[in-house]
Amino acid sequence: MFTFTQEDENKIEKIVEKYPVKLSALLPLLTLVQRREGYISPEAMQAIGKKLDVSPGYVQSVMSFYTMYHTEPTGKYIILFCHNISCQLNGADDLFAYTGQKLGVIGGGTTKDSKFTLHKEECLAACCGAPMMRVNDTFHENLTKEKIDQILDSLP
Amino acid sequence: MTQILFKNIDMKGLTSIDVYEKQGGYQSLKKAFAKKPEEIVEMVKASGLRGRGGAGFPAGLKWSFLAKDVFPRYLACNADESEPGTCKDRELLEKTPHLLIEGIIVTCFACRIETGYIYYRGEFQHASDLMDKAIEEAHKKGYLGKNIMGSGLDLDLYTHLGAGAYICGEESALLNSLEGRRGEPRLKPPFPAVEGLYGKPTVINNVETLCVVPWIINEGAEKHAALGTEKSKGTKLVSVSGHVKKPGNYEIVLGTPTSELIFNLAGGIRGDNKLKAFIPGGSSANILTADKVDVPYDYEAIAEAGSMLGSGALIVMDHTVNIVEAALRMTYFYMHESCGKCTPCREGTRWMYQILSDIQDGKGSNKQIEKLEDICDNMSFKCFCALGDAAVAPVASSIMHFRSDYDELLKKMEGDTVTA
Repeated sequence: MFTFTQEDENKIEKIVEKYPVKLSALLPLLTLVQRREGYISPEAMQAIGKKLDVSPGYVQSVMSFYTMYHTEPTGKYIILFCHNISCQLNGADDLFAYTGQKLGVIGGGTTKDSKFTLHKEECLAACCGAPMMRVNDTFHENLTKEKIDQILDSLP
Repeated sequence: MTQILFKNIDMKGLTSIDVYEKQGGYQSLKKAFAKKPEEIVEMVKASGLRGRGGAGFPAGLKWSFLAKDVFPRYLACNADESEPGTCKDRELLEKTPHLLIEGIIVTCFACRIETGYIYYRGEFQHASDLMDKAIEEAHKKGYLGKNIMGSGLDLDLYTHLGAGAYICGEESALLNSLEGRRGEPRLKPPFPAVEGLYGKPTVINNVETLCVVPWIINEGAEKHAALGTEKSKGTKLVSVSGHVKKPGNYEIVLGTPTSELIFNLAGGIRGDNKLKAFIPGGSSANILTADKVDVPYDYEAIAEAGSMLGSGALIVMDHTVNIVEAALRMTYFYMHESCGKCTPCREGTRWMYQILSDIQDGKGSNKQIEKLEDICDNMSFKCFCALGDAAVAPVASSIMHFRSDYDELLKKMEGDTVTA
């Protein structure tokens, strides 16, 4: 069963205060849950809906529009690997394949030990540092195979 | 060369308010508050500043469209930077958040706005956290909050994070997203200046646009209008990416030759390869051939050359690139990002992707190229928002200018058939 913690409640109060209309807090609340739980369960959708006076169906309809919300558990580290034009021109396809092979999730997905979730991603606004990937909140630019090894191997 | 935005960009500690103030930060507020709001709108109009997000619409004029005497009004700063090839706003947001706050304060004073939101793309969590800190600092110094510096302006500013959707860079989709809805574009009119956020008059400007405003107040509209060409005034941040030796964001005076950006600032083509093609304004702009490389980098000259300045993302491709492959990648992007609200975009992007994939895989035919042209024709100006037109750009321009790259793939297929 999903419940908000007291810390959540405090945060939610502050978030809702930012807007004259409560519904505006929907994305921030989804983000709050996504960041902590790694995904958004049907129970969480219900809890969020209750907070904002909308149905769980509405919550699901909105969250399904945005790619950063997951309905299945994700790994401890979410790797967004850019494959858009500037990164492609600089060898992103090979590096993405390399990363998939290294982690044992060819083409993307979550590793068996739930440590990593690898995603092919659209442009992340780091085109001048192509090729790049985002690991949780950190942007890593000018990637090479060696650099990828170094970054991923050093994560606890 | 005049630097409006990047003059001190690499100064150490610029994200903190003390350092920012020491290099002249927040000086424009006093000057702005000494004027009437309408005077500032006129000043920005006279400066010739145009929206730096992509459309290039005159900023002051946009402000003057606000529905008269309707309050409250809102400001939404577009920090959704997602146009492939563009990474200039991120540099401003990460290195000089107070410049954006300063620009927003002046804009809100000019437009009589008391609440502002900065809409970040979801992946900019770190930049948004940085801004939260900067906003807190500005509050403490009295630059935000009640009766700012005795001007009578009350202003609250908040950050808001999206969650991964290119379409939210479209202004009306951004507003829907900010209201807690699916990020689908709205029918226009009414334009946001009349009915925007929560149905109220709303100013929406790109990060870079708002960051220029303090300079105009400090230095004067005439000084800004003296920079650039007849219709493209001021400077522009250009993200140069792709096959160049020194990719990066460069600030140029509008009208500077594109070749200066590619061969001088960005160091030329990697491995001293030959330039084959470039996209001047992000993936939504038409691809141009190498012989256009001397085109002045300004709104009009690039339009005349058959493309658009867009968000200022110069994507450079050398002779090793097959343009069909590049077009395929960009088309995949538009298919992925189409919100699905209108049929020509939803179906057209998918169809184009399928055909381009076939051609790339050696299963194409001349007839399919005709079909692609037909789809482009049926999407152009017929989609609900500009995403549809954007999706057409890489396909139509690649067929028009790089037909030989298509023929090469088709020939390969014919060759295979003969051998088989």
